[in-house]
Amino acid sequence: MADYTTVPLRRYYAYYTASFFLFILGLGVLERHGMPPRWIGYSFLFLTIFLYATIGVLARTASVSEYYVAGRRVPAVFNGMATGADWMSSASFMGLAGTLYLSGYQGLAYVMGWTGGYVLVALLLAPYLRRFGQYTIPDFLAARYGGHLARLVGVFATILASFVYVVAQIYGVGLITSRFVGLQFEVGVFVGLAGILVCSFLGGMRAVTWTQVAQYAILIVAYLVPVSILSYQVTGIPVPQLTYGQVLQKVQGLEEAIFANPAEVDARRLFRERADRYYERILTLPESLDEERRGLTARINALKSSNAQMREVAALERQRRDLPTSSDDARSYWDGLMRQAGQRGAEPDHHLTPYPGKGKVVNDGARLNFLSLLFCLMVGTAALPHVLMRYYTTPSVREARTSVFWSLLFILALYLTAPAYAAFAKYEIYSHLVGSSMDQLPLWVSSWGKIGMVSIEDINGDGILQLAELSLNPDVILLATPEIAGLPYVISGLVAAGALAAALSTADGLLLTIASALSHDVYYKVYRPNASTQWRLVVSKSLLLVVAVLAASVASQKPATILFMVAWAFSLAGSAFFPALMLGVFWKRATSTGAVSGMVIGLLVTLYYMVRVHLHAIPWLGIHGIGMEPWLGIQSTAAGVWGVGAGFLTIIVVSLLGRPPSQETQDFVESVRYPQSGRW
Amino acid sequence: MRHGRKQQDYWRRNLRMTASLLVIWFGVSFVVSYFARDLAEITLFGLPLGFYMGAQGAPVVYLLIVWWYARYMNHLDREYGVDDGDGEK
Repeated sequence: MADYTTVPLRRYYAYYTASFFLFILGLGVLERHGMPPRWIGYSFLFLTIFLYATIGVLARTASVSEYYVAGRRVPAVFNGMATGADWMSSASFMGLAGTLYLSGYQGLAYVMGWTGGYVLVALLLAPYLRRFGQYTIPDFLAARYGGHLARLVGVFATILASFVYVVAQIYGVGLITSRFVGLQFEVGVFVGLAGILVCSFLGGMRAVTWTQVAQYAILIVAYLVPVSILSYQVTGIPVPQLTYGQVLQKVQGLEEAIFANPAEVDARRLFRERADRYYERILTLPESLDEERRGLTARINALKSSNAQMREVAALERQRRDLPTSSDDARSYWDGLMRQAGQRGAEPDHHLTPYPGKGKVVNDGARLNFLSLLFCLMVGTAALPHVLMRYYTTPSVREARTSVFWSLLFILALYLTAPAYAAFAKYEIYSHLVGSSMDQLPLWVSSWGKIGMVSIEDINGDGILQLAELSLNPDVILLATPEIAGLPYVISGLVAAGALAAALSTADGLLLTIASALSHDVYYKVYRPNASTQWRLVVSKSLLLVVAVLAASVASQKPATILFMVAWAFSLAGSAFFPALMLGVFWKRATSTGAVSGMVIGLLVTLYYMVRVHLHAIPWLGIHGIGMEPWLGIQSTAAGVWGVGAGFLTIIVVSLLGRPPSQETQDFVESVRYPQSGRW
Repeated sequence: MRHGRKQQDYWRRNLRMTASLLVIWFGVSFVVSYFARDLAEITLFGLPLGFYMGAQGAPVVYLLIVWWYARYMNHLDREYGVDDGDGEK
């Protein structure tokens, strides 16, 4: 790995991808000859982690510049691939297809937002950051806005946005290993952690970069193979991106028939009635809770005296034990069940219809939310430190610009395919699954049902599956596609390996970003500026270890709201960094006080809005009744709309009120604007 | 370092290109999405125009924007002699 010239690198990675295909073929043959699925899962898990570890060991380094920015010698194409792997997390890999399946057009905000953000990166940030050429994003803030304050605010925002994100990745690793390999969730988390650490710990950015290139190859193959086969089965053409349009037209026809089917209408009505019953219970708290408990007790006693099966009694007793103990708990518990039932009872939306719903107010509200979310995702993409940091690693400004192009190209390979997954899954489910008899459901329904990813309830008791009676966890769309298409298990193993690569590569980049922010920005720049290079690396590596273990222990608690919080990371990063970074390059008049107050106010506004719109109480802090009506009906995931706006406004107003920045700062801005100065 | 004429000129051309590309970016993302319901009648590759733009059209335009900007600026660098090469520095 010492030689960075592009030609041999290309050859290495071509060999590598070819041998990966051979490996899949080999496993496929072994499966034919009776290799059990569990062993296929093990082979994928251990081979890929072993591979990443080997690259990590080969690329180990003791040089600061290699450790933080891979020696700034990464060619544009490979930096693009690494950025792609860094960028595409387990949410993109597993969640996006499912989101598109569940919400149709609405889900396109993610496709556009997560790609359109790169326009902002390319035009407004990447070349200038590369020209500046230090190590971290807080480095830039400190150089432009002078002093430790801007740096420390940057560090705080970096950690805030990145930590939640890294926890979600490690959580994803635990999920995949426990599902496909059968490891216990907690064990899976720590196996994944080992895979992450061996790379970033030994070789920092240099090892992470070359591993990410390898991970990109695996994840993109894993993403494209199943849906291409499915596309071939349905339409005869293995290019899903071109064929899903016609499949969606068929889906539209199926929707008309299914939505209006009398049995469907009836099932939806029954779910709505259930929602109403929960609503009633919530209104009559706390009596309803006692009543519920008494009712269960009566049934248990009746069963016991009637010589019923012990199993049924035990099930009811468990139900009674699981009843919430206080009124507050009961309210949130029943509220969740009420929403669930209400959702299943609601009229389903057409896949292709933008901003669905009855009435202009509903449509306009949906549109406003779509546009705000789109804005937050784009600005957040252009402000996430682990992505921006990657553009420090190219050899020149020129290569940085080209590299954004390659990044986006490699990312598009996945994002342009995600809508196809949703379309094909919907087609299969609407045409084959819905309307089939309850006792003849395909195998994948029961196998994913066992771990709670698919749930089916015959609410109208007609023995036939209605669409309203089926509820899917978004992740299952991608993970179950190989089984829906009837492909051999080796393809499922491949998908799992891809999901693992997506989660590990993002976690690597994030951990490194957090550790650099702490070791480089806080320890070296603020606390002990004369620390030796060797000592800096020791500190960085130890912090990496600490942060990683911390993230893994949080993830092993299985925090329920984690996926939600990832959406928040975009708004947080966007409102903290984007205005200060952009104005730092494009507006010389922006002052230090302006930037610091803008970052702080932007962050605070976003946090305030998220907390008050999303939470009604924070029990462990003893805070209650803080919920508020959202402004203009905008949901908490798009809170950044307010934060980014407030950030820009604050920086501009405060800067104009103060004295213009020093000549030195203005010269700094000038220097960042030209790739090579001094030759005028 | 005072700004020479040539330097100002380079920066102005950069700003002009950046601004025009951002206008395109804004158009395909926000303006098209805003009118997505009204564009449902027009279809492209079997999909309503609004849906098609969100799923494929806009991302491909983004890629073209980024490609064009890199090309334009890399030429501009050379023209103004501020090219920093392929990293031999």
